Formats: sequence, C-alpha cells, structure tokens
Amino acid sequence: MVDVPTPLPPDVPPAEVPEVELYHAKSYWTKYIFAQDAKVIAIQYSCTAIAIGLVALVLSWLMRLQLGFPDLFDFITPEAYYQFVTMHGMIMVVYLLTALFLGGFGNYLIPLMVGARDMVFPYVNMLSFWVYLLAVLVLVASFFVPGGPTGAGWTLYPPQAILSGTPGSAEGDLGIILMLVSLILFIIGFTMGGLNYVVTVLQGRARGMTLMRMPLTVWGIFTATVMALLAFPALLVASVMMLFDRLLGTSFFMPSLVEFGEQLQYGGGSPILFQHLFWFFGHPEVYIVALPAFGIVSDLISVHARKNIFGYRMMVWAIVGIGALSFIVWAHHMYVSGMHPYFGFFFATTTLIIAIPTAIKVYNWVLTLWRGDIHLTIPMLFALGFIVTFVNGGLTGLFLGNVVVDVPLSDTMFVVAHFHMVMGVAPIMVIMGAIYHWYPKMTGRMYNEAMGQFHFWVTFVGAYAIFFPMHYVGLVGVPRRYPELGDPAFVTQSVDGLNAFISLAAFAVGFAQIVFLFNIYWSLRNGRDAGGNPWRATTLEWQTADTPPGHGNFGDELPVVYRWAYDYSVPGAPEDFIAQNDPTPVSQAEPT
Amino acid sequence: MTVILLFLLILACLGAWWLLRQGVMSKPWLETGVDTVQPGSDRMSPHLAKIGLGVFLTVVGSLFALFLSAYFIRMAYADWRPVPLPQVVWISTGQLILSSILLQIAVIAARNGDRTATKLSLLFGAIAALGFLTSQLIAFGELTSTGFALTKNPANSFFFMITGIHGLHILGGLVALGLLIADAWNDGPVERVILRSELCATYWHFLLLIWIVIMVVLIGWADSFIAFCGQFLP
Repeated sequence: MVDVPTPLPPDVPPAEVPEVELYHAKSYWTKYIFAQDAKVIAIQYSCTAIAIGLVALVLSWLMRLQLGFPDLFDFITPEAYYQFVTMHGMIMVVYLLTALFLGGFGNYLIPLMVGARDMVFPYVNMLSFWVYLLAVLVLVASFFVPGGPTGAGWTLYPPQAILSGTPGSAEGDLGIILMLVSLILFIIGFTMGGLNYVVTVLQGRARGMTLMRMPLTVWGIFTATVMALLAFPALLVASVMMLFDRLLGTSFFMPSLVEFGEQLQYGGGSPILFQHLFWFFGHPEVYIVALPAFGIVSDLISVHARKNIFGYRMMVWAIVGIGALSFIVWAHHMYVSGMHPYFGFFFATTTLIIAIPTAIKVYNWVLTLWRGDIHLTIPMLFALGFIVTFVNGGLTGLFLGNVVVDVPLSDTMFVVAHFHMVMGVAPIMVIMGAIYHWYPKMTGRMYNEAMGQFHFWVTFVGAYAIFFPMHYVGLVGVPRRYPELGDPAFVTQSVDGLNAFISLAAFAVGFAQIVFLFNIYWSLRNGRDAGGNPWRATTLEWQTADTPPGHGNFGDELPVVYRWAYDYSVPGAPEDFIAQNDPTPVSQAEPT
Repeated sequence: MTVILLFLLILACLGAWWLLRQGVMSKPWLETGVDTVQPGSDRMSPHLAKIGLGVFLTVVGSLFALFLSAYFIRMAYADWRPVPLPQVVWISTGQLILSSILLQIAVIAARNGDRTATKLSLLFGAIAALGFLTSQLIAFGELTSTGFALTKNPANSFFFMITGIHGLHILGGLVALGLLIADAWNDGPVERVILRSELCATYWHFLLLIWIVIMVVLIGWADSFIAFCGQFLP
C-alpha cells in the first residue's frame, strides 16, 4: 500500500451544508427547563447524575463505617447494609456512569464535535431526559416507602430478590418493585437518547467530517451507544419477567420453594436464566462505560501532549472490536453457577481475547505520550491516572477471567477491588479529567488550579489507599457482601486494621469530591476568562464563534472539515495545532 | 441465548460491511481537504426519520430476540407444557397481515397523490390493527377460561407476556398512525403525509415479521432448529 492521498474525484459536491430547521426557545421554561438544546439537556443530565451519584457516595461512606468500625453505629443493621450495597452499586453503574457518559458527555460533545447544530431529534432528546429524571425519582422514592429500598444486591439475583427475607421484598414492601420499574423507565429514556446519539453521528456530520475524521471521543460514545441500545433490552426483559414473577405469580425465574415451612406457589423456574439475561446486559455495560472513557482519554492525551494520537486507525478498530467482543463474554460472571466446563473454557477464551484490543489501546496511549510535549494540566493528570488505574484493574481481570483462578476468588473482596478499579475509579478519573478539560468551553471560565491539584492528588492516592489493600483483604478470604466478619478462624487479624484504614481513605476521597464540586461552583463566577480555545485544540467544539457556544452551536455558518482531529505539532505549520476546519494546506503555510 | 446471538451476528456482519464502505481503512492523517473525501462518505441521505426508525426497529428486534432466547432456555425445564394455540390467533394473524397490506396501499396511494385512497386505506389499516388487538384479547380470555391461565405453566406465561408486549408495540404504533390519519384528514402537506405513511408502513411490516416469528416459535416449528443450535451454545 502506498501512502499517498487519494486523487480528487471530479464530481465534488459544493462545500455547503443544507441548513436544518432549528427549534427556537421562546421563554425561560423552554430554554432552560423543557429545553430541546442538546447542551442544556447535557447539563440537566449531568447535574441529575451527579446529584444521585452523591447519594451513592454517602451510601458507600455508610458501608465503610460499618466495615471499618463494626458495631459502632446502631442504625447500620445488616438489612440496612444490604440496602446500601444494592443502591450504591445500581446508582453508580446505571444512573451515574451510564447517564453521565452518554446523556451528559454524549449530548454535549456529539453535536459540537461532528459539526452539527443540534441533535437530530431534539424533542425526543428532551423526553429522554425527563424519562431519566422520572426513573431517578422512582428510585429515590424507594428510600421512603415501607420496608425501604431493595437489598437484593445490585445484580438482583432471584429467587432471593423477591422473597420476603430480603429487605424491600417482604409482603407489602415496594423496594424491589420500584427498583425494577425505575430500571424499565431508565431503559426507555435511554433508548430515546440513544437514537439521537446514533443518528446524529450517522447523519448530522458537517461537510468533510468522514467517520475516520471524527475525534475518538465521538467514536467511543457512538460505539457505546450502539452497544447500549442492543444490551439494555436484556435488562428490560429480565426486569419485566421478574415483575411478572413478583406481581402476577408466574415462575420464570422462581423454582419450587419452601418459606417459613410453607410451600410457595412458585415452581420450576430458572434463576440461571435471570443470570444469563442480566449478564448479557451486565458485561456489555462494563464497556458501555469504558468505551466513552477510552475515547475521551485518547483526546485528552493527544491535546495535552501536543502530539497526534498514535495509531488512530487501530484505536478505532479496537473500539469497534471491543464493542463486538463484549457481547460474547457475559458468562464469565457465572463461573460458579454450575455451568458446563466447556462453556467455562469458551468464555474464559473470549474474555482473554478482549485483552488484545484493550492492550493495543494502552500501548497507543503510552506511545502517544512518548516524546510528547507533556503539559501536566489537571485533565492530563486525570488521564494519566486513568491509564495506570485501568492497567491495574485490567490485570486483575486476567486473573478473574480464568475459571480456575476465579473459583476460589469468586465472591471475595478481591472481586470488589477489581471491578472498582476497572469500572469505578478508572472511568471516574476520565469523567473528572473531561469535566476539567471541557469546563472552559461550557462556562467560558477556567477552574481553580490549586483546588484541582488537591482534588486530583487526594483522589488518586486515596483511591489506591482504598483498593490496593482491598485486593489483599479478598485474597486472605474475606467474602463480599458481609456486613460484619465476626471473628472467623480463617481471616487474619490484620484485616481489621486494614478495613479501618480503607474506611478512613474512603472518607478522604469523598471529601475531595466535595472540593471538586465547590471548585466547579466557585469558578463559575471567580474563574479567570478562558477564551475560546484555551488548550489550543483542533476539534470543532473549540472553534465555535461564542464561548459557551450559543444555540445552534456554530453561529451563522456550519464548519467545513478539512482534516482529521489530531494535527498537533505538524512540521512546517505556523502553530503547533491545525484546527479541523482550517483549510490551509500545511506545505503552503509559512514556517515561523 | 441462541436467538439473540444469531440476531447480533447478522447485525455484526451488516455493521462490518457498512464500516468498510465508510472508509475505516482510510488513512485520515494523509488526507487533507474536503475534496479528497469520497462523495457521500461524510454524510448520508437526508432521510433522518427513516434512519431513526431503522435504529429503533433494531432495538425492538433485539428486545424480541431476547424474549425468545429466554423462552427457549426456560422451555428446556421439566415443567414445560406447550400451549394449544386458540383458533382465534389465526384470525388475528390475518388481521395483522391485512393491516400491513392496507398501509402499504396507503403509501402507494399517497405517492400517487390520491388523497381519498390514502385516507381510506390508512383508516381501514388502523381498524384492522384494532381488530388484531381485539382478537388477541379474545385469545387471552379463551386461554384463561379453558384452564391455561397466566400462572398455570411457564409456556402460558410466555404466551401472554410475549404477545402482550407485541400488542403494546402495536398500540404505540396506533398512536402514531392516529396522528397520521388526523394529518391526512386535515389535508396536511403531501410530503409529510407520504413520509409518515412510509414510516408507519415500515413499522407495521416489521411488527408483522416479528409476529410471524413469534407464531412459528409458539406453534413449535422452530423447536428442532433451536435444539440443534443449543448443542453449541448455552
């Protein structure tokens, strides 16, 4: 293959883009509340997600209080502890991470980055947010109903999830029902939003913006959305079937059971069927959260190291490849469910194969940094923190992906440490980095650097203080989901001290997030003026006429795209970046 | 999970073919300028709504593929007793086919500019769809009264649930169809009526296809095929 640009096709269409009809808000209500502008919807999504995420953060503190200092707090009963575990997990995975990456960043960045005025179906986009908000409210309502929220664990495994022994599932309790209804609403709301993200990437791109000129952020969010559209129905099916079991007395998942000496009406159902459905959603979900993070981090590294991303094509292929592979690994969450050994072998193999495209991405990030002009800005610090954390979490994934290693480690704190590293800390690092990176564009002002430094270092060091010892705690055999260990012979005394240490670290990390939120709020008024393109980045969102971008994003004329998103430090160019909508060919540019 | 995996395999093939056509093998760092872009590869046709509907129908397809996957897994357990399908489902199948045909006629009429024929075929299409829903309710009642109630056996539960969810989709489609009929009756813009008719007809054809797949599965014609695939997959 020869590396020459393709010759011009003779019949090039004119460089104009047909204008779309744009909805114009007329009042305060339609501009800021029932808004159809993707940027406002993005902020609505983000604020809601962060608000419910704070609830989940407090729940994790309560759990750590119990684990670090057992029996000190009377109100944390075992039932309450299970409720905290369940709600913490479900909120963080679905209502925070998924909503923030796709609803928040997706809405804000897709139209701006592909050069569109707005999402293609703004009205449906608005509905998406309101249905999401309703789902969150239903979830929050479960804290206030008799019996409290469900305590079934975030995986909601039947039969226990709907039996009377589980908190929120006793006769007359509403916890589990509200949980399932909330999930169904979330999926409906997400589908509305997801249609927008996909069709906007397919149809809304500016003239010249080919798929291979899109920033990797858009590739990550796009692929994750396609996956979510195909995977969330599995959760919907599982939720609907479990609602039938609970409310109408069918036996999809429920085997014959005797409860308190009484034969229940259920019979013959298969709890394993639920596990298959749940993890058919649950494993792609890991990558639904990870792929946007991969994409965003690629862009952060490229911008803040002033270098083009290494292996752009390979990065795109890896994103798509990971997305496809993640649909055939779900049963590695079920090694201990008694499956056929050949299936275990099959799923261990597919799981390990995913390590290949993932490792390609890690190498490419590192090679992008190699001899780059690295600026240790706050977004860059978080991006570097992500790479390290993701590698650490990914390596323990290789342990757990192997059946023989997984079986003894299953249901220990090792698993908890693993998935918090890989899909808790790592994506959150990217979210933080992304918020710092795009904050100047969203508000027109710069964040406070000192508070940002404090936030990063406490979060980064603190997260390791929490989760590194937790691996050890799991290795010595401490099971997950136990509110209290007691004094078992198989666990060494050192675990008690470690648990207290982990809890203290968790409080510190939580406190740093409050500093972060304060920084966001404080800088809105007091931050210095950031200008339109403070990072001197190439992508279209930094080339808007106004900062923050007005309604319609690009002023009078839509941008035309002349190059890919990574022209940094191009030899011969007058500056160390060339914007995507800059038509000047480099060879004609005057060297400085 | 055979059904959903087959569904996803087909999607993956389509996706790979599309990505190759969209130039994922190109080297964007070498290709500057708008003129080097292959015409059409920076954006596709302007039919946003049609693409949107296509994406939505893919999600609907995924949903039903998952329901059917669950059906086949649950079917392998000992307590499964197949449901004798009530005769009325054949009538409802006929009504849905009729409805689909009428909507297609409406599309053709709308394209030919024949307003009266458009209005009438849309209206009768909607009536046929309502008839379908009524027949389904009769089928539910018949099953319940002859001892095949929802909770008696998982096969019954699946029959009620899957056809019920399918009915809900028809009901949602009827809302859109109702809006279209109102638009056509108020002599809305021709282009809009044509587009909306096409969207409704596509949705109806797809739901008819899903209905036929559901019937094939519920009657049991797909059992041996699935049993064969089940040897290889969980």
